[in-house]
Amino acid sequence: MSELTSLTLKAALDGLASKSFSSVEITQAHVEAVEAARALNAYVLETPEKALKMAKASDARRAAGTAGPLEGAPLGIKDLFCTEGVRSTAGSKIIGDFKPTYESTVTSNLWRDGAVMLGKLNMDEFAMGSSNETSAWGPVVNPWRTQGGNAQLTPGGSSGGSASAVAAELCLGATATDTGGSIRQPASFTGTVGIKPTYGRCSRWGIVAFASSLDQAGPMARTVEDTAILLSSMAGHDPKDSTSLPVETPDFASFVGKSVKGLRIGVPKEYRVDGMPAEIDALWEQGIAWLKDAGCEIVEVSLPHTKYALPAYYIVAPAEASSNLARYDGMRYGLRVDGSNLTETYERSRAAGFGAEVKRRIMIGTYVLSAGYYDAYYLKALKVRRRIADDFDQAFEKVDALLTPTAPSAAFQLGDKADDPVAMYLNDIFTVTVNLAGLPGMSVPAGLDASGLPLGLQLIGRALDEGTLFSLGGALEKAANFRAKPQKWW
Amino acid sequence: MTIDAATVRKVARLARIAQPEETVEQLARELSGIMDWIEQLSEVDTDGVEPMTSAVHVPMPMRDDLVTEGGDPEVVLSNSPKRVGNFFVVPKVVE
Repeated sequence: MSELTSLTLKAALDGLASKSFSSVEITQAHVEAVEAARALNAYVLETPEKALKMAKASDARRAAGTAGPLEGAPLGIKDLFCTEGVRSTAGSKIIGDFKPTYESTVTSNLWRDGAVMLGKLNMDEFAMGSSNETSAWGPVVNPWRTQGGNAQLTPGGSSGGSASAVAAELCLGATATDTGGSIRQPASFTGTVGIKPTYGRCSRWGIVAFASSLDQAGPMARTVEDTAILLSSMAGHDPKDSTSLPVETPDFASFVGKSVKGLRIGVPKEYRVDGMPAEIDALWEQGIAWLKDAGCEIVEVSLPHTKYALPAYYIVAPAEASSNLARYDGMRYGLRVDGSNLTETYERSRAAGFGAEVKRRIMIGTYVLSAGYYDAYYLKALKVRRRIADDFDQAFEKVDALLTPTAPSAAFQLGDKADDPVAMYLNDIFTVTVNLAGLPGMSVPAGLDASGLPLGLQLIGRALDEGTLFSLGGALEKAANFRAKPQKWW
Repeated sequence: MTIDAATVRKVARLARIAQPEETVEQLARELSGIMDWIEQLSEVDTDGVEPMTSAVHVPMPMRDDLVTEGGDPEVVLSNSPKRVGNFFVVPKVVE
């Protein structure tokens, strides 16, 4: 029943509602697809028994007339989300055996609405990476390959497992998180849709923390409408996260298909960076033309501090990470490697449990927060962050949303950038600004490059104005008519 | 180099990460590369700019100081690397 895995989430929900098939049937089809796709390494834990049990319960609820908005839909869950009784590792050896005794708020919301869990999705360790190569469980492989090529490509990161699973039809949709681009860059690399909502839209409770002032959960799926459906379930105020916003969650799907006529779209000139492939520039121009055709007014805007966003991020995020990851001390949970005294036990546990990139970032964070450097680095970065947020505020006085490329390249080969941290960081050059300012950003697949790899365009909106992004994303999706799928080789 | 071997040793100690001596020079080069790239922030005029400490513009909510859950040591201890009875076992802290 491979055709059941090819459905959009919306079509699957319609099929379930009309009883064309049951949740057990569509879940079983996905379980088989997941088992057949282990070469992608997208799932770090498959939970077929739990999935079928949840599917049965879902079918029973539907029969009883109590179906929720996601009733019976099988989803993949990024391993950063704590799932009760199901191993949750954040891609790290240091909590490689961790079985949470609680459920994250976002996943609780999905189960409340009737969704089914297929398993846990691979990711960069603690979400620190842009290629999935920092995962303790090995990199995820992108289902896409260049035309005629067989090199293994990265699905992007950190939500590479989510992206790969969605693109390869190993789930109807997936949860993901985005601290500097970890939803949008993988979406761009895999021809999928991903949205990082406004900071505070989704509760962070039960999501393993990386950089708390930047982390935000969001969905990945194969259509704009599917991400809208998922986000309406995932989002909502949660008293257990003090930064969760006490606002109503709109029915985001109702914005998809709405006219975008008369909307003013900003094109930030600073996003034309040196060395960007001409194809990406051309696709951006194409996106501008599509929105013009849909009745939008295009306005050139300036975000003068754009180039400073990444360096500021690489102070703010590691600083917060060094503090957040101090909890992994081998005492109450996680890996413990005994030393001759307490300090040595801490040092050995953390040396054995963390991978190279996580250690690098903890070291940077510790350094910029240490005595004598706090003002020069950390405080400076927070001031630059304010400048970046102010740039957006000024732009949004003139426009309703911004259109940019999502990433400066298409998917690259695994191993290509592994030796150069700064080259890897530059992947997030167009996405990281949004995290610093707390704004919503969405990546929509817009075309293929000359070698047949997908490329995405990014829409950036005002805080809490995801609705406009869903309307614009729907318009871009319609104009791009992106139908390409990866050729199955796995 | 912004970060030399001595700084790496000091920061590794502060971060409680054992750093084998043969890796210190290499790490110093990597971290210096990152910090040199970050250095460009000094070009930005930030005089009089308030540091941005939060992405949301809402005041911190207050809640009642009440116990919401608890009383289940099995749940609390279920992931402990070492336990005796209802206690975590940790290395000796006080002599």
